[in-house]
Amino acid sequence: MNPSASVTSPRQGSAAVGVSVEGLSKDFSGFPVLRGISLTVNPGEIFVLMGPSGSGKSVLLKHVVGLERPSAGRVLVDGHDAADPATRGRVRMALVFQAGALFNSMTVYDNLALYPREHRLGTEAAIRDKVMRSLQMLSLENAAGKVPAELSGGMRKRVAIARALVMEPQLMLYDEPTSELDPVMSATISEVIATLREQYHVTSIVVSHDRDLALGIADRVGILMGGRLVSLGPPADLRAPSDPRVADFLNPSIDLRNPRFRRLAG
Amino acid sequence: MAAETSNPPEENESILTSAPRQAVRPFLRVLEGIGSCLRLLLEAARHIPTLPRQFGRFIEQCYLIGYTTLPIVAILSFFIGSVLALQSGYAAANIGPKQFIGLLVGLSMARELGPVMAAVLLAGRVGSAIAAELASMKVYQEIDALETMNIPPARMLVLPRLAAVLAMMPVLTIMSDLVGWFGGAIVAKYTHFISIEPASYFATMRQYMDFGDVLNGLVKAEIFGFAVVLVCCNIGLNTRGGPREIGASVTRAVVTSLILILVLDYFVTKALM
Repeated sequence: MNPSASVTSPRQGSAAVGVSVEGLSKDFSGFPVLRGISLTVNPGEIFVLMGPSGSGKSVLLKHVVGLERPSAGRVLVDGHDAADPATRGRVRMALVFQAGALFNSMTVYDNLALYPREHRLGTEAAIRDKVMRSLQMLSLENAAGKVPAELSGGMRKRVAIARALVMEPQLMLYDEPTSELDPVMSATISEVIATLREQYHVTSIVVSHDRDLALGIADRVGILMGGRLVSLGPPADLRAPSDPRVADFLNPSIDLRNPRFRRLAG
Repeated sequence: MAAETSNPPEENESILTSAPRQAVRPFLRVLEGIGSCLRLLLEAARHIPTLPRQFGRFIEQCYLIGYTTLPIVAILSFFIGSVLALQSGYAAANIGPKQFIGLLVGLSMARELGPVMAAVLLAGRVGSAIAAELASMKVYQEIDALETMNIPPARMLVLPRLAAVLAMMPVLTIMSDLVGWFGGAIVAKYTHFISIEPASYFATMRQYMDFGDVLNGLVKAEIFGFAVVLVCCNIGLNTRGGPREIGASVTRAVVTSLILILVLDYFVTKALM
């Protein structure tokens, strides 16, 4: 991995954007998933969103990128309503999906080249240059001709990040970027996220269960539980949380005499 | 106790109100499907100006829809033409007008069986593949990835397929007509109780048929093919759930396409008369 390698210079007029979530609620078939979430992510910030599985983190992320429509409230990206499809034309947003969401019928190279080709962002030679530099940054040069089925889980994540990088995004969203990765690869992905912010001042929202990632690179951390934002503050707060639910989530103890599943059942 | 006695009327009421709802649900689903297809069509039509720069995808789809379907259309049409000649020869054996077998096979293939069989094979071979591919892309979030990249799926995935089916259906239908006619001619010559020379077989065809009959079939084929591809794209793109739903979407796409072909066949035939 070569985080210091220069990928490409940010496009003219490119600037990090802020995100404002205002009273966001979402129901699926009457079942509330998000309940009145309000938060602001500042331009250039790395905001890490943590919480137990099923707490609504990924759903919140999908609202930011406009893949879900709110039941109530709204999400503003650089002042534009995220639910409006036109916002994706005004603000360059990239979402790194948990499973990569790579195009399985295309090679890694074509996966990366799709965005600039479709938006006609240069000649084929210029696109090739940009794609190869993105692959180089994530040490994926040798994978350019492979199809996603030939890649390991860690490589798929890196290809997904490289594909997002080619878009020169103003807002990067990561859905569980370190899940299913070994500790070294997790640390590497965290370094890549931090490096991208340093080099391009891109705003980053990272959904993760990874406490080390949050402590290592976040400017602020929000914790979602049961669809509500129960904690919001600097990562240092994670070391001594005041809320017992947050403390249990971040430092779960293993009690074989009184296991959690029995306590919950009782 | 009071609470228990108050429950049954509520249940009865819900049964009464839900029964009509259950009855109209299939109709609502059909209307939803039609609306969803029309929305997808309008969305794809909005991107028609991008078609020239999607020429590569258009050619790729022409290959998949046309070239790879052609052999099976030819084989099936040959035997349909043969069976038509055989059955009409069997029926005509007692009456006498065997010379009209050529006309019967010619008209049946051109106006009805050519376009219908080409569309049915399109639904089974191409429609199922389209539904499976798009459903898989939806389930594995590739469609979501396209949307976040501001690349409309209707532009990249639907428009080239619709354009390709419009280009390829006439080819498939004409091939179906020709092979069916020749299948009928061979059977008419070599079946002992028919024994009509190909010259006589094709002479009646030329005498009583005109280009309008072939054109009629081509118009029908265009409508069927377009509808099949649109429906299969729509079902694939609206797949929800996990891998199991991919199979369910393929089944739904093929069954809906076959029903649609036969329903449209009646109305289009009536409209073209």
